[in-house]
Amino acid sequence: MDRPLRLIPADPLDQLARTLEALLVVASAPLSIEELAAAAGDDPERVEDALRLVGERFAEERSGIVLEHVAGGWAFRASREEAAACARLFERPAQRNLSQAALETLAIVAYVGPCSRPDIARIRGVAADSAVANLLERGLIAEAGRDTAAGGAIRYRTTPLFERVFGLESLSELPRLGDVGEDAAGIRDRLHAVAEKRSA
Amino acid sequence: MIVRELELDLDAFEGPFDLLLALVLKEELDLRDVDLAGIVIAFLERLAEKEELDLEACGEFLVLIAALLELKARALFPDEEAELAELDPEEAAEELARRLAEYRRAKEAAGWLRDRLAGEGDRFFRLGPAPLAPRVETPLAPQDPEALAGALRLLAQDPPDVSLSHMALRFPPVSLFLERFRGLLRRRSRFDFETEVAELTRLEQASAFLALLELRRAGELAIEQAAPFAPIRVSRTQQENNAQSERTAAWTVRSA
Repeated sequence: MDRPLRLIPADPLDQLARTLEALLVVASAPLSIEELAAAAGDDPERVEDALRLVGERFAEERSGIVLEHVAGGWAFRASREEAAACARLFERPAQRNLSQAALETLAIVAYVGPCSRPDIARIRGVAADSAVANLLERGLIAEAGRDTAAGGAIRYRTTPLFERVFGLESLSELPRLGDVGEDAAGIRDRLHAVAEKRSA
Repeated sequence: MIVRELELDLDAFEGPFDLLLALVLKEELDLRDVDLAGIVIAFLERLAEKEELDLEACGEFLVLIAALLELKARALFPDEEAELAELDPEEAAEELARRLAEYRRAKEAAGWLRDRLAGEGDRFFRLGPAPLAPRVETPLAPQDPEALAGALRLLAQDPPDVSLSHMALRFPPVSLFLERFRGLLRRRSRFDFETEVAELTRLEQASAFLALLELRRAGELAIEQAAPFAPIRVSRTQQENNAQSERTAAWTVRSA
């Protein structure tokens, strides 16, 4: 049998998808399912369904705008194909010219965080003050309370912007670091040799 | 100018720079006691005596003084040093290896981030402070303490008594119906309650019913009802019946 005659002009899910599109195009940061549901006045399961619909519409190679799941939420971004045009007009201050020191510091905060400047300095072997200040200014890390130990150094964690810049859905998407393996063994042997020489 | 032959005259040390270095390396002189700024000043004074800048000497001096500064800085953080010094050489080596491995991992992670950034370099998105709608706040208008006191005074007063007169239910006196039913039963041996009160208002009916119950309690009449909501039949009690017939007989005799 044919499909029954539709008296309602728009599919309700389609209507919800339009609402989500509107919210996402105005937002300047990824919106969580809960935020979207609250703003749209609908329930989270339906919002997820509608997001799937929006995602089909705004996909790479189909649209200049792409929906992505990033930093624990949903956001629109430019399609990769249009990056060159975007680069001619827009700057990306958060990720431009990240130094090796800044990247190492960022890596430590992302993997170990929340951690303090002394924690970072201990791992890197040099003071982390300027790298931390630089990352703070870029908005890639933010303060996250203080150490419980005496002194109470400020601790830092990565921000949602960090996840967004690096295209991560969450920090759990960071790869597991492989064991340094042979390198570590080599270092150890050399140090043992030095130690023996000194104690002799 | 030969840097190593630089003569020093410091609080903790007097002699050539070369000797100072030797003593420090042999750990016979504690760097924490040495005024490094004094060494720098001595070097600069010697440098100023010359007509032209001795770049080679400057370079050598920079390397040496930098090394001394690093050693002194490390010495000034006793915790770190004690941590390592307390360990025997094997443990110290192990600890150093652990730290190097940790740093190696941080570098590896940094490398991953760099690659990721290169790979994600073509992602452009909107940035900026999230302009979320501010929470609606309703600030209180500036208040006059006098007005507040006035409001409180008003609240502290006893409220006027509210008249309930319009709500009072005026029941017709039950006694009215007592007499009425007694009268009825004098004339008739039985009657139907509903029929008797049919023309009355609801309040009067209620009073009438109370009167009926009162008479029943006093044993002046009997009530029958075949079923709930069936008509209420009121009749004389047997005793009343007899009394009535006597009265009737007496009346008849008298009237005869």
